[in-house]
Amino acid sequence: MITRTRTSWENISNLRRRTLTELEQPEHFRVTVGMATCGISAGADLTFEAIRQEAERNDLQDISLEITGCIGLCSFEPIVEIYEKGKEKVSYVKVDPVKAIAIVRQHLIGGEPVEEFTLRGFLREQHEKKQREAEAHSYLSHKLEPVTTTELDSRSKDLVIEDESEESDLAGLPEHFIDLPFYKKQKRQVLRNCGYINPERIDEAIAVGAYAALKRVLTEMSAQAVIDCISDSGLRGRGGAGFPTGIKWSFAAREKAEEKYFICNADEGDPGAFMDRSILEGDPHAVLEAMIIGGYAIGASKGYIYVRAEYPTAVKRLNIAIEQARELGLLGDHIMASDFSFDIELRLGAGAFVCGEETALIASIEGGRGMPRNKPPFPAAHGLFGKPTIINNVETLANIPAIILNGSQWFRTIGTESSPGTKVFALGGKVEHTGLLEVPMGITLREVIFDIGGGCPDNKKFKAVQTGGPSGGCITENKLDLEVDFDTLKAAGSMMGSGGLIVMDEDNCMVDIARFYTEFTVDESCGQCVPCREGTKRMLEILERITGGHAEMDDLDLLEELGEHLQVSSLCALGQTAANPVLSTLRQFRDEYETHIRDKQCPSHVCKNLLGYIITANCKGCTKCARICPVHAISGKPREIHEIDLDVCIRCGLCIENCAFNAIERR
Amino acid sequence: MRQTKTRNKIHSVPFSSGTEAMKGELKLELEEKVPLVNLTINGQEVTCPESWNLIMAARKAGYEIPSLCYLREINENSSCRVCLVEVARKKGEAFRMVTACSTKAAEGMVVITNSTRVRKTVRLNLELIKANHNSDCLSCIRNDNCEFQRLCAMYGVQTSRFTGAVREAEIDDLSWSIVRDPSKCILCGRCVNTCKAVQGIGVLEFSKRGFETTVGPAFGYSMKDVNCLYCGQCIEACPVGALHEKDQIEDVLKEIENPDKFVIVQTAPAVRAALGEEFGYPIGTAVTGKMVAALRRLGFDRVYDTNFAADLTIMEEATELISRLKNNERLPLLTSCSPGWVRYCELYYPEFLENISSCKSPQQMMGAVIKSYYAERVGVDPNSIVSVSIMPCTSKKTEANRPEMEVDGLRDVDYSLTTRELSRMIRQSGLQFQELADEEADSILGDYTGAGVIFGTSGGVMEAALRTAADVLTGDDLEDFEYSEVRGMEGIKEATILLPIDGQEIELKVAVASSAANAAKVLDAVKSGEKKYHFIEVMACPGGCIHGGGQPYVPARERIFLDPRPARAKALYDEDLAQNERKSYKNSDVQELYKRFFGEPNSERAHKYLHTHYGQREAYPLKEDDSSL
Amino acid sequence: MCQPKQIAVDDPRFLELDTFLKKLQGEKGIAMIALQKAQQLFGYLPLEVHKHISAFTGISVAELYGVSSFYSQFLLEAEGKHRISVCMGTACYVKGSQKVLDKLCELLNIKVGEVSSDGLFSITAARCIGCCGLAPVIMIDEEVYANIVDLNELEQILDSYRSKEAAAVTVSVASADNKGEAEDLA
Repeated sequence: MITRTRTSWENISNLRRRTLTELEQPEHFRVTVGMATCGISAGADLTFEAIRQEAERNDLQDISLEITGCIGLCSFEPIVEIYEKGKEKVSYVKVDPVKAIAIVRQHLIGGEPVEEFTLRGFLREQHEKKQREAEAHSYLSHKLEPVTTTELDSRSKDLVIEDESEESDLAGLPEHFIDLPFYKKQKRQVLRNCGYINPERIDEAIAVGAYAALKRVLTEMSAQAVIDCISDSGLRGRGGAGFPTGIKWSFAAREKAEEKYFICNADEGDPGAFMDRSILEGDPHAVLEAMIIGGYAIGASKGYIYVRAEYPTAVKRLNIAIEQARELGLLGDHIMASDFSFDIELRLGAGAFVCGEETALIASIEGGRGMPRNKPPFPAAHGLFGKPTIINNVETLANIPAIILNGSQWFRTIGTESSPGTKVFALGGKVEHTGLLEVPMGITLREVIFDIGGGCPDNKKFKAVQTGGPSGGCITENKLDLEVDFDTLKAAGSMMGSGGLIVMDEDNCMVDIARFYTEFTVDESCGQCVPCREGTKRMLEILERITGGHAEMDDLDLLEELGEHLQVSSLCALGQTAANPVLSTLRQFRDEYETHIRDKQCPSHVCKNLLGYIITANCKGCTKCARICPVHAISGKPREIHEIDLDVCIRCGLCIENCAFNAIERR
Repeated sequence: MRQTKTRNKIHSVPFSSGTEAMKGELKLELEEKVPLVNLTINGQEVTCPESWNLIMAARKAGYEIPSLCYLREINENSSCRVCLVEVARKKGEAFRMVTACSTKAAEGMVVITNSTRVRKTVRLNLELIKANHNSDCLSCIRNDNCEFQRLCAMYGVQTSRFTGAVREAEIDDLSWSIVRDPSKCILCGRCVNTCKAVQGIGVLEFSKRGFETTVGPAFGYSMKDVNCLYCGQCIEACPVGALHEKDQIEDVLKEIENPDKFVIVQTAPAVRAALGEEFGYPIGTAVTGKMVAALRRLGFDRVYDTNFAADLTIMEEATELISRLKNNERLPLLTSCSPGWVRYCELYYPEFLENISSCKSPQQMMGAVIKSYYAERVGVDPNSIVSVSIMPCTSKKTEANRPEMEVDGLRDVDYSLTTRELSRMIRQSGLQFQELADEEADSILGDYTGAGVIFGTSGGVMEAALRTAADVLTGDDLEDFEYSEVRGMEGIKEATILLPIDGQEIELKVAVASSAANAAKVLDAVKSGEKKYHFIEVMACPGGCIHGGGQPYVPARERIFLDPRPARAKALYDEDLAQNERKSYKNSDVQELYKRFFGEPNSERAHKYLHTHYGQREAYPLKEDDSSL
Repeated sequence: MCQPKQIAVDDPRFLELDTFLKKLQGEKGIAMIALQKAQQLFGYLPLEVHKHISAFTGISVAELYGVSSFYSQFLLEAEGKHRISVCMGTACYVKGSQKVLDKLCELLNIKVGEVSSDGLFSITAARCIGCCGLAPVIMIDEEVYANIVDLNELEQILDSYRSKEAAAVTVSVASADNKGEAEDLA
């Protein structure tokens, strides 16, 4: 028995050694193309194909061309990186098929990197272009339209140059992504393999350490020791509520049942959040390994991954990973000849946000309507098919192998006392550098938004950041120095949620933001319990009255009463948190709400019905606006100042766009 | 010769593998053997079993906790959020709001059910429901016995501060039996889970989600075209007026007022056992005499008792049983009195259709006899007769309208009303029901035996048939003719009866199932060969007609501690005991009927009037392609 | 090419669905997987498919519909290959988008929400799509067609999609022919 086990693990060790050499010291070229969903949508699949065909045409047999996951900076996709024995890695950005062919010819065949397509080359080009534009503008400032660069270019500009005075210092341009300010404050623990290994090759995963933790668990640790290790590490669930993972596991472990289940919750549904997708697409084996370890710890032999059907790439890679793990004996009966058996099945969601809630997820795997049920009993005691069940989020699981390998104390050295470890955030909204980032807990939001994200574009004033998506709340300027963890965010009236960060600037109307999130919740409410089914709809109706300009001041009290009511009386977390965006904006931006109601004005000029269109004295009476108005809301005699009938006007903005005299204003 | 019966029920493979969806009542008095817990509710110490939830525990302490969606052991999804209470696990711990229906009583728990915070929360939930509930109470069939209306009154919710969208609602009144009004529906799920858990069918289900959620059949189909049995258990479960019987009171009153019509009414056995509940009598009070008197006051020209036809049914069915036993064909014989069950078989077990007795149900037999034999004897033009039945059942309305239920163009039954409709008729007429003196049914079709009475409860048809069949088979007037094995509220009952025939002991294996879910279990066991029976009684409603879908409502809050079925059944068994004759073949009016009209049971004439046929039915027929419009 | 409104009882896809369902026999909680598979086969989930799954699994039609109508990815009605959205925003409306909508329904012989008999088009009425200056507008898939003043234009627009489709069919037939030739050569 013992010999057999050792032999199996020995196979794995040999595989690790062999592949590690290939990865780190490839005999010839190792070419990786970032092929996560974001990369593919930027055209990485075409790039990959171009490289493959060009290499084939030139009979380049000894290069290894691999796909890889997301490295986090969406705006540089498609990204191609080339590793060569004894040389520094070369990173190419925004590689279209045309560039790809050039790279194959010059770099892979000729041995010379194509400098202008590299990260550094791209940044230099951006920098020089900007300089030229600035110079041209200074010569001809009165005759030129304001200089516009493309949106992506403008996003990239401040990655390097934080201070205008350094503009001539081209030597300081970074060569690798990790040297960019975007990465400086990050600690990529969970995402460490994303963008490095090929997620569709188990040998590469093993080379960088996958299943080493499983080996330790199966050969050296008791189930209790595993649970103790996770408990001691202080790991808390990354899915939103932050419940301690080890304690959760211990609940299921002490239940006596013929069958137990271990479920990975990959039903990531917050608008604007894609942390779990990136992990699944970039490093699926980390999740599988953690599930096997979890199954061992609680005594489960069957695992499910419930993944959104909207993530086809993740689904495909998970299927490949499961198949490969089965082939190597890492999944299935008697894993690596041990007494422990565990297998994993994929279950696809079908488009329901509420299925991210664990009891709804269970109902969905059971084949029914994804409607949550009351807790207690908790799934750890009474879960899938009535059996003890653990449900962990993808990011939580991705932390497990490293904790087992490095120990609970190591994990506690990262992050804060109450929330150890890192957190992956999807940064979006009005911020220079959107993307996926991983930071230690305890970092301030200011660091995340300004140091990593580069602040709001176009020198707009920061207004608030929404954490926790439709379940969270907004954090304003005065709380930006809060050290982020589960408890501080909660205390600030928001929540960690799964990790979406949406930055809002002065152009965002907070009432409209609240309306947006409430509309989302109304669409996604399962409709079972009264407060959520009826209450969210009534909240939305009140918010629509406010943004539509026909609310009364009393509506604010009703809104607040309803919001607090939802928190107390809803059945599940979706309903209990549904009012958070409303309540937090109402508390922090009450004046904005009041302005909407009392003055029938939207200070941020967002709410269409409250926009006034006014023709100023600049009007020359050219009649163009009257002719162009699709609803004939503008009248006036030629050469006289025109008028807009606001009751008819639909605020489409055509008149403003077409007025040659800047005579029409939004107010 | 003395009759011998096995006293031990034979349960080779017991049926009770799953939980019975329809549980009996809980006792407020405590039994000693169950583990107990002590807790404090509104400052009062209470001791109750640890399996109880806080609604039950509070009831014991003398408090009602309001609830809408909670239907004990059938619907426990705690979705209405009206039973929220404040709970601290221990004295001194912080209070949290939890739903009382889903929270079990626990040692040392402190509960507050009526604080300002609780009342405010409950009131707001009621207000939210009200905003999306058609509150036209005065015209609602449930006015005065609506559970939601009662709570609104309790909490002073007269209006809702919320205005805006309301659920799109189209009334479905296309079936003969059940009307569904989604504008009244509060989406509590009680009907959904009753149909699913009690009947095992799933006609009604939640569809869509969020604010768009509705309850009903799939694809917007009418209940007319789906797999519904019309048993009406969903109506019994509905707290509001979203599901109700198709009311035909006005049609019947119009016939009564028409001088050219001769309106005859029959009342089913189970009606008398429950009608009194509508007029303040305790559950289980038989009000036969007052019911007859009330029907006369309402203007019916003749008042008869379906019990008579029940005896007639036994004559036909027992004869059929004996003939099948002798020829050993189409066994087991399945009863045919419950139209919900017949429909279930037509929809789900067509392979058993030839096993079902060809006898019409008592309601239909009565109607057929009224318009033929009776009309002939009293010299009334059968075309002028209007045949009305009062039934504990909503499915009877559909049965009465089955196209084959007529003889020579005369419909057996023209109108079938429920017990609830009768009670409304009586109330609307201004009659003081309690003050009425008892009266007796009219003669020539009014006589009945005890066997006819017990038709109204599960096991009753079986027992009545056995009483007659045993005598016929043994050629004796057996004295021991009570079959207690087939009595009681169990969903499935089995017995083996040993009959001494021609010096030999013949085993007669019988089973009794009530509710469609239990019928399915028995039929599956027969199908697989696991069980063999000669005779099976099936009723579509759990407990039989006494708990039919047309019976008076018992509110969910009372159903926790009260199962109306045993008391209603007892009323019937008591009336059985009180009869001079307790075997159907001894009914003198029935004997007269055979002598004068049918000759003998299963005669050709009897077949013409008293028997029918069945056919497979398809639910959800595909609609005609209307794209050519 | 013609897509019938009802799926025939003997449609071979039912057999494939049965094979899939047989493999699941004895497993718990299969309603969703069954519906997902059926949608993959049929493209949508009409009543016929619900009835078929119900007969096979014993799950009631209403319960299956409860599931299929709960999740947004399940389609209960067929969608055309191209979705025509007619903007019914105020600007378009005052410029006659109702007439445009009516004309389209007439041309395709369908109502809003239905699919044309050739399976190519379905029509929806959309809220303002933000092209008020071009009113009235329609959108086919992602393509915007502006200033539809002359209703006769609509026929031409539809024809352009029809001919594209016909061309695609020809190509595939042609390639099939080539394949045939290639096989002959081999």
